[in-house]
Amino acid sequence: MKNVLKGLAAFGIAAALAAPAMAQENAAEPMHFPIKEPPQLHWSFSGPFGTFDKEQLQRGLKVYKEVCSACHSLNMVAFRNLEALGYSEAQVKAFASQYQIQDGPNDDGKMFERPGKPSDYFPAPFPNEEAAAAANGGAAPPDFSLIAKARAAERGFPQFIFDIFTQYTTAGPDYIHALLTGFHQTPPKGLTIPSGTYYNPYFMSAASTHMPPPLSDGQVKYDDGSPETVNQYATDVAAFLMWAADPHMEVRKEIGFRVMIFLLIFGFLVYLTKRKVWNEVAHSH
Amino acid sequence: MSGFQHSTYTPKTGLGRWFDQRMPLPRLVYDSFVAYPVPRNLNYAYTFGGILSMMLAIQILTGIVLAMHYAANSGLAFDSVEHIMRDVNFGWLLRYAHSNGASFFFIAVYVHMFRGLYYGSYKAPRELLWILGCIIYLLMMATAFMGYVLPWGQMSFWGATVITGFFSAIPLVGDWIQQLLIGGFAVGDPTLNRFFSLHYLLPFMIAGVVVLHIWALHVAGQTNPTGVDVKTKGDTVPFSPHATMKDAFAMVAFLFFFAYVIFYIPDYLGHADNYVQANPLKTPSEIVPEWYFLPFYAMLRAITFNVGPINSKLGGVLVMFGSIALLFLVPWLDTSKVRSAVYRPWYKLFFWIFIADVVMLGWLGSKPPQGVYPTLALIGAIFYYAFFLIIMPVLGLIETPRKLPNSITEAVLQKKAGGTLAPAGATAAPETRS
Repeated sequence: MKNVLKGLAAFGIAAALAAPAMAQENAAEPMHFPIKEPPQLHWSFSGPFGTFDKEQLQRGLKVYKEVCSACHSLNMVAFRNLEALGYSEAQVKAFASQYQIQDGPNDDGKMFERPGKPSDYFPAPFPNEEAAAAANGGAAPPDFSLIAKARAAERGFPQFIFDIFTQYTTAGPDYIHALLTGFHQTPPKGLTIPSGTYYNPYFMSAASTHMPPPLSDGQVKYDDGSPETVNQYATDVAAFLMWAADPHMEVRKEIGFRVMIFLLIFGFLVYLTKRKVWNEVAHSH
Repeated sequence: MSGFQHSTYTPKTGLGRWFDQRMPLPRLVYDSFVAYPVPRNLNYAYTFGGILSMMLAIQILTGIVLAMHYAANSGLAFDSVEHIMRDVNFGWLLRYAHSNGASFFFIAVYVHMFRGLYYGSYKAPRELLWILGCIIYLLMMATAFMGYVLPWGQMSFWGATVITGFFSAIPLVGDWIQQLLIGGFAVGDPTLNRFFSLHYLLPFMIAGVVVLHIWALHVAGQTNPTGVDVKTKGDTVPFSPHATMKDAFAMVAFLFFFAYVIFYIPDYLGHADNYVQANPLKTPSEIVPEWYFLPFYAMLRAITFNVGPINSKLGGVLVMFGSIALLFLVPWLDTSKVRSAVYRPWYKLFFWIFIADVVMLGWLGSKPPQGVYPTLALIGAIFYYAFFLIIMPVLGLIETPRKLPNSITEAVLQKKAGGTLAPAGATAAPETRS
């Protein structure tokens, strides 16, 4: 009987060990997207004490405004939120007033346009999703408010375990940066790219995207002397979109640090109390 | 071991006596949480009941505030959650605490259940206690599933579509049950509304069953790592301050990990697709449930073949629900007279293989059902069933257990004498006393 049990146990352990190895052999079969893993960048907001680089966010806003916003909305961000980028109230007011916002109905029951106010939200480039899709070859450009949280390439084992300890939370900006700098590459042999789409090995849903390469060197003018390259634009706009998706990140980490310190000290005190209480038990028979 | 049968509560004040004669609530609290005797040898695996009570309280409190700002309407839900995250004061904290709180609730409940399986906590006279726990677990699963639908992201919507779809596999009444659940022919606004209503109701039902669970516990008393019954007063310590302080320390330690996730990696346990608003016209490339359902999801998808009149869909659903139903039968499936795995070498081995099997099933649940994965999941599911239906009953009959200690105190003293290192508490005692 014991031998049977041992055999069973050995089989169980062998099956558990063999599983990952067998799985890997099969993983390559279907085409997996993205074709290339997005490179992992270092961001100013990485890690437990990371903060946003306000100058970078301002540059990113400029890239969004001058390039991306032609097709992509930013529905959940209000002009007033831009004060977090280091702008004064007056600057935000001036920025908002550049936009024409539809308001109404007025007393005559008519809709009308007026200059934007800080309490307004970024207006969308298209009146509705159908119009956006019709103007873009059938695929509506996604809203950008949450895009930095809504895109993450699969990390796989064991990387996803390490991510707990390295606090890897920048899969979104890494992806955005990789996608924006990943155009103009030669597709692998045997891969046909449908006409009207553009090959990009970092795209998550397919081998090619409907979006034409949006950035080119020198396209956006920077006032602070930063290089006017696609790589720099992509990095800056990715950082800006991370802020747009997670505007309370800095305060979250700040409070988190205080909470962790409190729990450590409090836990230590509770432990000492517990030990004092239980020491008396240890000596009683 | 009932704290209620011989109450030692003596009210000291006039008001206390007045109260005690009319409604002895202070007596109940005193007997249940102060004088209640617990075995002196409980380890930290026994602190998860307290941790679970804390998590239930956290979930209810954060949930009530979130419900004040949430809009259960398919056109507004997604934006209202983002409104909480962006504009409500500390809304991000409430929402992250609540969404990660569900995960930590499940982490705690799995430790709690595995501890019960390891130390035989389900054996007589604690069968009802165990079954009440299984009911809580079922209610938790329903609550968590419906809660995940509320943010109305892509995974919310498609997860709801897939899971309510299970019910359509039931012969004759399946379609009717599915339509009742989702309030129509497809997941939509009526689904969201009823899920919100039920998501608010079920936690209070959990709280009710928790009261019964604790009541049953206090009648039978706790088990302990030796599985030997409490024999003398020396085997126990009073609940306060001993168990309260130990539970408090475990709670703070648990909160430390919980806080780490909330503040530093709050989206780690979620799925990126749930930050995309639900779109009934666009199916995500992979529909994956939350991590705590993955082992069951793997077993569901392991059945890829028809068995007689049962097609693969119904087969998968039966295997999945059966895997939970088995838990209710555990008190009668285990035939061993010995409670604790400490004294059951073979059961101990199979227990750890079972843990490995569940982890493997969880990993398979996150993989697409292609290639070798369904086969592995089938092996995993067969072992899962075999553990309960074959190993548990058979081992109890053929296994030779190790010698049990005569009493809890004897086991404690043996352990102290046997260990090469003196217990930390013993050497440190003089310092803390001065």
